[in-house]
Amino acid sequence: MKTEELNFAAVDLVTSAGGNVGSMSRCLTRLGVKFQTKGNFDPPSGERPVILPGVGAFGTVMASLNENKFSERLKAMLKGGTPFLGVCVGMQVLFDESEEAPGVSGLGLVSGKVVRYRATRVHKVPQIGWNKIVACREMTGDIKEGFVYFVNSYYACPREPGAISYLADYGGAFCAALQVGNFTAFQFHPEKSGDMGERLLKEWLSNVSK
Amino acid sequence: MSQNKVLDRTGEFFEPLILDETSQGNGLCKRIIPCLDVAGGRTVKGVKFQNLRDVGDPVELAVQYQEQGADELMFLDISATREERATVYDLIRAVADRLSIPFTVGGGIRTLDDVKRLLDCGADKVSVNSAAVDRPALVEEIAVACGSQCCVVAIDARAVSAVCEAESPASVYEVVVRGGTLGTGLDAFLWAKNCYERGAGEVLLTSFDADGTLSGFDLPMVSLFSSSLPIPVIASGGARDPGSFVDVFAAAGADAALAASIFHDRVYSVAEVKARLQEEGVKVRIC
Repeated sequence: MKTEELNFAAVDLVTSAGGNVGSMSRCLTRLGVKFQTKGNFDPPSGERPVILPGVGAFGTVMASLNENKFSERLKAMLKGGTPFLGVCVGMQVLFDESEEAPGVSGLGLVSGKVVRYRATRVHKVPQIGWNKIVACREMTGDIKEGFVYFVNSYYACPREPGAISYLADYGGAFCAALQVGNFTAFQFHPEKSGDMGERLLKEWLSNVSK
Repeated sequence: MSQNKVLDRTGEFFEPLILDETSQGNGLCKRIIPCLDVAGGRTVKGVKFQNLRDVGDPVELAVQYQEQGADELMFLDISATREERATVYDLIRAVADRLSIPFTVGGGIRTLDDVKRLLDCGADKVSVNSAAVDRPALVEEIAVACGSQCCVVAIDARAVSAVCEAESPASVYEVVVRGGTLGTGLDAFLWAKNCYERGAGEVLLTSFDADGTLSGFDLPMVSLFSSSLPIPVIASGGARDPGSFVDVFAAAGADAALAASIFHDRVYSVAEVKARLQEEGVKVRIC
């Protein structure tokens, strides 16, 4: 196990989207993954896979990504094919726009928009807790389903449903994860999802380490 | 309904649809949250907030609970002195390095700086109690600066015959603070609603009457709060056995339940409680 872990590629951990960089870096350390933190004034070069954890409001996160034209550089790099993993708001910013911040443009790297759960008495918003994700198409990996930890009021709706890799159910099916080209993204928090989260991260890491 | 059909685009964008006929439209699990009351780097637990006794090393306990299938953990710092309180930051860092599930820290948090320091140490959420009663704007400050997702408001409440607050009380519950020694005259339900409006992400509702008594959760209280608040309610106080958890979820509609004594005293493990919940048809995460 240890040898396999040491074979994971080193990654760049982008700190520009707030919040949970600490828990992601602790998780990478537990997995034995080497990483460098990167920010607006020290952008990733594109040679290493990029992880973007995000916490907070879509508008606030986009504003900090836009500082020093970081988002432009990130976009150019990702269009060049650098493997990317977005987590939570780090997933949402891939899209064109969000109901959370009307008029604010996302990165527009995946076509679609981010919408809010429609609250009813049985579905509280935010969704907080463990929900089951189910693979919804032929996956390259072998993780078909499992419980992961969500904290979100908004979720992404890809224009192309084929981009969705896992669905979960909260007042109806929603996109819990996507995989399209070099983009992988999780609405949930793999770094807080126990063994299941670590398995999903390892799968991504081993795919991008090939 | 086939999965392909779910994925068919019916409108401009993928719209939420029910996955299949058996789906209740909600896959979210009920959460079991062991609570570790800590003071001076050790875990302690009292009855009715008094008579504290030492029940073990918090980091080891935390890891045990994670392995048993705990969904989250709560650390409540009940340190009496400044020297004791200073130990909490090292403890939180040690816990954050070991755990791969979320955890909340509460107790003694007075300012936004306290909150930021705990989050920096690796806490996922903070829980504020009497400081928010003293200065409700603290809830807004945390929600704006750090996000509602990390802002838990803990409310200790007890039943009273007449609530003191002049304008139309909404419940028979009063907020108590300072370890239950001080009644505030504040209607607990209106206070919870106020916290929600100020941006709280969750309410941790402790029944002062039930806490530490092993008499079961305070079902009428939990039911009132969880059915009326649009944010998750964590029920706390009084857990006796797996049946208490079945009741608080199935009958009172809690989103999560917190307990200390029954887990610390190894009367029941988290896994045993969850197995019983699953038998009774309550959705839980089974590892």
